[in-house]
Amino acid sequence: MLSTIQTLFIAAVLAGTPLLLGALGEILTEKSGNMNLGVEGMMFMGAISGLVGAYYYEQGVLTKGGTPSGAAAALIALVISFLAGALGAVIYSFLTITLRANQNVTGLTLTIFGTGFGNFFGEYFGLKAGGYVAVGERTKAAFSNLRIPVLSDIPVLGKLLFQYNWMVYLALALAILLAWFFNKTRMGLNLRAVGESPATADAAGINITRYKYLATIIGGGICGVGGMYMSMVTTSGVWVHNCVNGYGWLAVALVIFASWRAGRAILVSIIFGGLTVMRMYVRIPGLPAQIYDMIPYVATIIVLVITSMRQSKEFAQPKSCGTNYFREER
Amino acid sequence: MSHEAEHKEPLIRMTKRDAMAPKKAWLIRGIAFLGALLTGALLILVLGHNPILVYKDMVVGAFGSRTVIYETVKLTVPLLITAIGISFAFKMKFWNIGAEGQILVGAVAAGYFGLFMATVLPKIPLVICMIVSSMLAGGLYGLLPAVCKAKWGTNETLFTLMLNYIALAFIKFLMNGPWKAKGSSFPKIDMLHKGARLTKILGVHWGWIVALILVVLSWIYFNKTKQGYEIAVVGESNNTARYAGINVSKVFIRTMFLSGALCGLVGMFQVAGADYTITESTAGGVGFTAITVAWLAKMNPYGMLLVAGFIAMLERGSNTIQTIYKIPASASELLTGIILFFMLGCEFFITYKLILRGRKEEQDA
Repeated sequence: MLSTIQTLFIAAVLAGTPLLLGALGEILTEKSGNMNLGVEGMMFMGAISGLVGAYYYEQGVLTKGGTPSGAAAALIALVISFLAGALGAVIYSFLTITLRANQNVTGLTLTIFGTGFGNFFGEYFGLKAGGYVAVGERTKAAFSNLRIPVLSDIPVLGKLLFQYNWMVYLALALAILLAWFFNKTRMGLNLRAVGESPATADAAGINITRYKYLATIIGGGICGVGGMYMSMVTTSGVWVHNCVNGYGWLAVALVIFASWRAGRAILVSIIFGGLTVMRMYVRIPGLPAQIYDMIPYVATIIVLVITSMRQSKEFAQPKSCGTNYFREER
Repeated sequence: MSHEAEHKEPLIRMTKRDAMAPKKAWLIRGIAFLGALLTGALLILVLGHNPILVYKDMVVGAFGSRTVIYETVKLTVPLLITAIGISFAFKMKFWNIGAEGQILVGAVAAGYFGLFMATVLPKIPLVICMIVSSMLAGGLYGLLPAVCKAKWGTNETLFTLMLNYIALAFIKFLMNGPWKAKGSSFPKIDMLHKGARLTKILGVHWGWIVALILVVLSWIYFNKTKQGYEIAVVGESNNTARYAGINVSKVFIRTMFLSGALCGLVGMFQVAGADYTITESTAGGVGFTAITVAWLAKMNPYGMLLVAGFIAMLERGSNTIQTIYKIPASASELLTGIILFFMLGCEFFITYKLILRGRKEEQDA
């Protein structure tokens, strides 16, 4: 029993990390008053770009007769996936902030575009590589679980806390960093002001456009890294058609459950990560596997309805979220 | 120095136009559309193919022969009906992205009659049962998020989206368990009984006639009826609607039922007219592509007819270029995304006017 809980917790953290990254990116975005529904699309863009980036780095080194380094491949995947997600967010920002297009529709379009982008280039580079894109052993090893001397060997706790892959710790650090940024820095306060009441922030001399662009683009980059987790860790470095498969949308929902707080996002992402993998660890007699698969989505709906029933002012979406700011139309 | 800069006029500023002549507006949209095609051409060029040839083969692949035209029409029907369904919700700014799920539950409801009642009922009552049950199923599935939105303001985007995954899981359950084809080692559902398959008219199942009728009916509903007007007012502003004495909750619930019912009907056509069975890809992304169709057509049913035909051509054509040029078929999604980005962006130039520094505001005639 205890070991089941232990393995389930570990699996939950591993499955929850891409959700956490996606949710953090979207929290940062929504704090600026932009509701970007393109998380799924940006995750797709990050997933394929990171994978292909690492793959071509490996191939490049191999043709020169060298041995590719796993750490370098991981770093390249990280940077490129961030840039790819950010690129998606740049399109979104330009359309909504500068050209004032509808945020909902632009976000949905970004999801359609990003999904097409991921699957298109996934197949394209797969054909080029002669079947499918897959990274080598060294890169795979760079994304597998760490062994931290001493810490990983602590009984129980070592397994529960100190033997994940590096991206888990990156996501956790990012959550803490963002929580600190929103609550303890001048820029974070300004950003929240932009999201709550752009007109007031504008009058106070805050550059609305710059804050919105920066928050949305960096947020998109973080979503891209979350997508890269799906292609490098979840599917272990092989491109699988439609690999993001709804995780981006779950991440958008998690933003609500985390009540727009980066710290709380850690908790809810582990819970929902657990719900997505629970089937593999906890058997419920008589429950068919496919019905079991519905659980994270049913849970999402239930929590959505409950949170909407008891709306609190303190834990609400940034007020201007979803509407564009036109200074001329104040 | 900064003092001087503060008083300088910005390089570009913008003002809202009163109203642009429709001709000029369509010219701008046309240019944006060409821009999107050019961007796509650039991509094709980078992949090492001749864009003109690829585009030509796409069109030939969609309209080149009688057989492929039938296929293109078969793709247009679900897109068009779903787009009309979605536009019911979108017009009141209710973001129903659950069309995919509503199609699937409609397919299951119709599939029940097609699979198990086909030997009991004669054809016409059977088809009527399939139509009614699929519309009821889709409508009720759309009703659920609408009721929660009306009562508590629950986020409908995520609610409808989650329902997609639930419907998909349910179909997988049917495929593996209760509806699994007898004697099959592979999880799949039996083919529909012959008596339940829809009659073909001019080469394609009669869904296309229904789609055309729906175009006209929905246009009348939106523009000539009280209910259509209420949808428009709710879409503009919930508060205005309330002030005018419109029961916003009632409009939400009624309209979402209609929206879901139309999507459910699509499920029936997919099962009984196109695939003759239910699979995981019965909806096949139609629910999402239809959003693009509705938006590109600016929620105008006649426009949707045109756009749905065009997108169906892209999808059909991208299958052709996959075989000829080995360009992955997901190219159609990519291209659709690009076109929509351009169309979304160009609306800005229709609504606003840019004024360069130093130039006087000129009067629009």
